[in-house]
Amino acid sequence: MHTKTLTELRAGLAAREFSSRELTEHFLRRIRQFDGEINSLITVTEEQALAQADAADATLARGEGGLLTGLPVAHKDIFCTEGVRTSCGSRMLDNFIAPYTATVVEKMAAQGAVMLGKTNMDEFAMGSSNETSFYGPVKNPWDQERVPGGSSGGAAATLAARLAPAATGTDTGGSIRQPAALNGVTGLKPTYGRVSRWGMIAFASSLDQAGPMGLSAADCALMLAAMAGHDDKDSTSLDEPVGDYLSDLNQNLEGLRIGVPEEFFPDTLDGAIADSSRDALRELEKQGAKLVPLSLPSINLSVPAYYVIAPAEASSNLSRFDGVRYGHRCDDPVDLLDLYKRSRSEGFGEEVKRRILVGTYALSAGYYDAYYRRAQQVRRLIRDDFARAFAEVDVIMGPTSPETAFKIGAKVDDPINMYMADVFTIAVNLAGLPALSMPSGFVNGLPVGTQVIGNYFQEGRILNVAHRYQLATDWHQRIPGAFA
Amino acid sequence: MAIDSKVVAQVAHLACLQVDDNETAALSERLNDILAMVDQLQQADVDGVAPLAHPLDVSQPLRDDQVTEPDVRERVMPIAPATEAGCFLVPRVIE
Repeated sequence: MHTKTLTELRAGLAAREFSSRELTEHFLRRIRQFDGEINSLITVTEEQALAQADAADATLARGEGGLLTGLPVAHKDIFCTEGVRTSCGSRMLDNFIAPYTATVVEKMAAQGAVMLGKTNMDEFAMGSSNETSFYGPVKNPWDQERVPGGSSGGAAATLAARLAPAATGTDTGGSIRQPAALNGVTGLKPTYGRVSRWGMIAFASSLDQAGPMGLSAADCALMLAAMAGHDDKDSTSLDEPVGDYLSDLNQNLEGLRIGVPEEFFPDTLDGAIADSSRDALRELEKQGAKLVPLSLPSINLSVPAYYVIAPAEASSNLSRFDGVRYGHRCDDPVDLLDLYKRSRSEGFGEEVKRRILVGTYALSAGYYDAYYRRAQQVRRLIRDDFARAFAEVDVIMGPTSPETAFKIGAKVDDPINMYMADVFTIAVNLAGLPALSMPSGFVNGLPVGTQVIGNYFQEGRILNVAHRYQLATDWHQRIPGAFA
Repeated sequence: MAIDSKVVAQVAHLACLQVDDNETAALSERLNDILAMVDQLQQADVDGVAPLAHPLDVSQPLRDDQVTEPDVRERVMPIAPATEAGCFLVPRVIE
């Protein structure tokens, strides 16, 4: 059952080939068998999963059900789940039992999804390798000496190892797409505001967006249909109609205009990775798409702009962790300031503290204009580059990540090098656009991903392009040998 | 502009983080590396460009001034590190 896609499992449940309980027990067994090796889950919610599965079976027996009835899903441990530990990968929240449930989790549960557990992640989603997690690094199922990417690395590894058929992720600078690429799975970051952020622990609020991760574009379409929509509880959630993602999947690509920015294929790029994305473009050309060379000159400044904006917003968001109302509290504080300082210093890891300090510095008196204001101006230049491009093309494509999965420990002492892992993904967050990563080949036995970027609210179009590509290729069906 | 140990200590104080003296040298080096990378922003020609806070230039919606928050005291007090009589306890702030 674990080699099937979510879409196939849904059909299997509908045809009564197996029950939700059988399906759920199968994945729970696989988690018990394999998760010790790859460390992709922080918490497994076995009892609740089985209760939800039984409820789903009862619903299905009545001939009823929603989009996800009886289908198991693993949620990133950044989404609050009432009564279940929600750690965000941090010692700060190791003892935090969420008192409410995130909208994303609630909406998927309302469509009948069964929660298997909570996936490992970089601490507070700050990282591109999953090495900053308080719970230890996740291992890449394709090569356990390597990282799964991050920050949704636990989610991507869970999928690659087939420990769950569906997962949720969040993406602030590439945290869905980069790990999807490094694990050979498909992940979509929707338009900023498409999916509610309520109950999703905030990192950089003007960039954070939740999205689906799965084994195929069709699976992501199914999940997004359940996740998307306006939410009064999130003031940045947008009141736009939700597309019919499943019906859009099969449209033909005749006449599709694909923008190919020169900035996504720099001379310094690994030739094998460039070839993988170029092969994907050729496949889409065969299906009737036209390639349009273009330039997005300002995106070369996206990494520096991001490393001002994201830490600045993080320094503000993470000020809520003060040892008073929830989370870690130091022993025997001598006064209030000591309580704040020691609780925070003990609760946060090195990378999180580093980003809080950078953000605090960038926002401090005298530096605001030089850093934050300028970064926000560059952000507009980047958005305008994309707006000009989308006047000419329907989607924009290139490699998701400039490299395949790197060795655990290879970059921990070199933050700048680590930050460059997201060089192709960050501009999309700054512009607020939707983008997907799909498997497009292998280099030295490690998966490579290609990114499809769309205009605002064009999730249906992106999923359609990826689905048509996946009908013609089988990269997304490959399973790492040890987990087959 | 270089960050030295003194600046690290000052920023750490603003951020309510405790940084030990033996950490500040290494930390200021790391922060300087990050700021050097970020300084590429100075190359950009941003004359007359308005800062962008929301990618779709959407402003915050307003709603009627009505009570919508439920009373969650019973749900949130049990997860607090120290409480008494429905209040969060902190070290004495007034002598």
